[in-house]
Amino acid sequence: MKFVLALMLCLFAALLPQPGWADEDAFATALRSLNADSYAEKISAAQTLAALGDPRSSVVLTALGDGMLYARADGSLLMEAGGSYIDPISGKAVPGVAASDLTALTVNNRLRGILRGLQATLDISSPDPAARLKAIQAVTALASPESAELLHKALDHESDPGVKKALQSTLAGLDLVSPDKDRRLAAVATLASSTDRGVQAQLQSLIAAEPDPQVKAAAQKVLSSIDDKLAAIGFAANLFQGLSLGSVLLLAAIGLAITFGVMGVINMAHGEMIMLGSYTAYVVQEAFRAWMPPAWIDLYLIVALPVAFLFTALVGIILERGIIRFLYGRPLETLLATFGISLILQQAVRSVFGAPNKEVANPGFMTGGFELMGGFTVTWNRLIIIVFCLVVLGALAALLRWSAFGLQMRAVAQNRPMAAAMGIRTGRIDAFTFGLGSGIAGIAGVALSQIGNVSPNLGQGYIVDSFMVVVFGGVGSLWGTLVGAMSLGVVNKFLEPYAGAMLGKILMLVFIILFIQKRPRGLFALKGRSVEN
Amino acid sequence: MKLFQTLVGAGALMAAGSVSVGAMAAEDTIKVGVLHSLSGTMAISETTLKDTVLMMVDDINKHGGLLGKKVEAVVVDPASNWPLFAEKARELLEKQKVSVVFGCWTSVSRKSVLPVFEQDNGLLFYPVQYEGEESSRNVFYTGAAPNQQAIPAVQYLMSKDGGEVKRWVLEGTDYVYPRTTNKILEAFLKAQGVKDEDIMVNYTPFGFSDWQTEVAKIKQFGAAGKKTAVVSTINGDANVPFYKELANQGIKAEDIPVVAFSVGEEELAGIDTKNLVGHLAAWNYFESVKSPENDAFIKEWHAYTKNDKRTTNDPMEATYIGFKMWTQAVEQAGTTDVDAVRQAMYGQKVKNLTGGTAVMNTNHHLSKPVLIGEIQANGQFQTVWKTKDVIKAEAWSSYLAEDKGKIADWTYPWVCGNCTTGKYAAQ
Repeated sequence: MKFVLALMLCLFAALLPQPGWADEDAFATALRSLNADSYAEKISAAQTLAALGDPRSSVVLTALGDGMLYARADGSLLMEAGGSYIDPISGKAVPGVAASDLTALTVNNRLRGILRGLQATLDISSPDPAARLKAIQAVTALASPESAELLHKALDHESDPGVKKALQSTLAGLDLVSPDKDRRLAAVATLASSTDRGVQAQLQSLIAAEPDPQVKAAAQKVLSSIDDKLAAIGFAANLFQGLSLGSVLLLAAIGLAITFGVMGVINMAHGEMIMLGSYTAYVVQEAFRAWMPPAWIDLYLIVALPVAFLFTALVGIILERGIIRFLYGRPLETLLATFGISLILQQAVRSVFGAPNKEVANPGFMTGGFELMGGFTVTWNRLIIIVFCLVVLGALAALLRWSAFGLQMRAVAQNRPMAAAMGIRTGRIDAFTFGLGSGIAGIAGVALSQIGNVSPNLGQGYIVDSFMVVVFGGVGSLWGTLVGAMSLGVVNKFLEPYAGAMLGKILMLVFIILFIQKRPRGLFALKGRSVEN
Repeated sequence: MKLFQTLVGAGALMAAGSVSVGAMAAEDTIKVGVLHSLSGTMAISETTLKDTVLMMVDDINKHGGLLGKKVEAVVVDPASNWPLFAEKARELLEKQKVSVVFGCWTSVSRKSVLPVFEQDNGLLFYPVQYEGEESSRNVFYTGAAPNQQAIPAVQYLMSKDGGEVKRWVLEGTDYVYPRTTNKILEAFLKAQGVKDEDIMVNYTPFGFSDWQTEVAKIKQFGAAGKKTAVVSTINGDANVPFYKELANQGIKAEDIPVVAFSVGEEELAGIDTKNLVGHLAAWNYFESVKSPENDAFIKEWHAYTKNDKRTTNDPMEATYIGFKMWTQAVEQAGTTDVDAVRQAMYGQKVKNLTGGTAVMNTNHHLSKPVLIGEIQANGQFQTVWKTKDVIKAEAWSSYLAEDKGKIADWTYPWVCGNCTTGKYAAQ
């Protein structure tokens, strides 16, 4: 039956006027063999497809790489695009296909790498300069003699200056191993402005094997200039990573700077406030997924911020009114009580959401990054968090400095009886202050959900670091918290490459212990009568 | 075959001495201890295994129980607290008088309960892949040893299909499992002719979250022009920020693949896997493998948890195999007496969920197949490579100099887990 149908289809197809009939056959055959069992067969089929130079090949290979190519029970292939299925031969949509009847064509890393290379050879003549640049990079990674030929051809037709430069430096890299001395020398000269680690490695191997002293000297000179540049880039990368770690520490510590710094409550449940904030982000994300149009999903993070602030502030106020206010002036009992609260909150979250981690996806604007130079990648989520923590700190400082609530808060912190005598309702101020600290911890939780785990234990990882920052920076000083967090972050990141992550952290703690011996009140100690008792 | 097994079992029973058979017969239930953390850091992984044991107990009771008795699970919570593991184990063995315990995840918790099981002659089934270098008379290890996970994974990456990797980053969390595994891997790689400068070993603390420097270092190490891969023994919570940082810094699996030994379906559920497609994991089980046994297991699991989305993973399969083997051994021995059951365990066979048959060896470890899978966008693994046959676990690595000649064999004439001459050796 199937055979008859196929025959009829063939006859029908033969009746239609079709240019390149032979090619058509080759395309269909190669396409069919993509659905082979072994990866070796798939690879040769993909190479055949690319060699055909058919415009459809590029589309099919992209779909294969993305896992969007499916096989039907009869062996014919379909592509998925925007939720509908398309026949790759005719390019027309095929209606009425159920996803359960299809099996996706499997791809492994080797095939994926080869596909990327093939794709690049097809894209190298693309009209879009960005696509050409990407293609050149991919072809460079392949580094075969055929690719040199291909790149030379591409250079002849290239008009875009950026792409031209990339091509020249890639070709220079290939010329480094040329038997011709002058070509090697020219290649070294072209590479002088490079900041690529791959070039560094290439030059090193050139110097090791170079027979000609002139080329060797030139290569050594270029290599040392590249080394210097890369060292400078490494320094900048360390600084950025340090600031990023500092911003995370700062975010975790700002809330504690209020509850511990201003109110003097040793709040062991601070980490759990951060955790509640992260879970709020998760809940808001799920709500968006369930009820909002898919295009709005990226907005969930912005909505989560005020929601997390209000929710954790409310939890904070309830805690303060319900438990902590009875324990003022008894630090040991406060410590134990808040530690108990932290365990209760953890287990409560575990009971409601379950023990496994929850997935909080990065919105589009926080994924990926851009390579600045020489392998130094600035990732968006880190950059946004640095800016965000500074904004939060600024807003908090402004609130304390200029608002009536801030004034009252400072008054209560400095001299409670006097503030009460002036008509300030100190109980209410205490509750709001604790709520503010908790709310900021909640906001921090939303931000931290973007870089780490969302699990019931999330808070524990941050509580020690938070206390470290506040004590180091100076209890009660926001400015101290900022400087403390940033310097701890940067010092840590400069230690890490040499000492390793483990030893780096130990050295850090030793440093802080020694520092506290010298300056028990931290970097920026508050002065005045209030501190004396 | 069945007859042969029964004979072995019967013989074993006589040999082991049937002192406690009479004492056990008086009880009308068989107690099974479950020693998994239900709170604290490890709850994320261990809760699932507790549920698996409960599901199996449920299932066996539905089918008439064991030796005509009902099986009763005794669940305790050691709360991710290592010393508490020992206390709870003692409680299970001495107060609850359980016949067998299924439990532990981390190696440190296993090491902490080991003296208790050896002192009280209890029976522990340990279901997690681990660093090897151990074989206790009172423990059956149903997870993978390094030669059933780490070594095949590295061999795959060295092969043509794996990308012919020449440079290696061994990245791990700083504790006993990664350190021992990396020691074995380093010895293996050097035996394969990999040079010192092509191996980078790095450790980070538990729960490490700021991966910027480490990932940048990996990127730099990989830029030297040789194909590079990362072998990750990063544990638990630290994985999510690690993979996020990899994706954000633009490291693709085609350039620098990461093969992980502690990342399974359960861990991937907490990560957005779209940017991780192609990174690898080596296990003895993947949920995505199609087989009648696996389909039935997943169906039962979904029905038991009343949740269609709950994933299954490798330690669950190890728990499943361990539980099945134990019930078979008990039926064969006709008693739950530890010495009798231990003898009946040797050569015990259970069908793997991924095909083939798992066999319990006399070194208390299993023979199992090894699978390598690539992460897919849907959070599942797609098998890209599988051993042709089952691989027998080595308790002592053949690549470490200090393990040379060490034998784990609990049958005559060896009867020891760590010796170079047998206890009853004739030579």
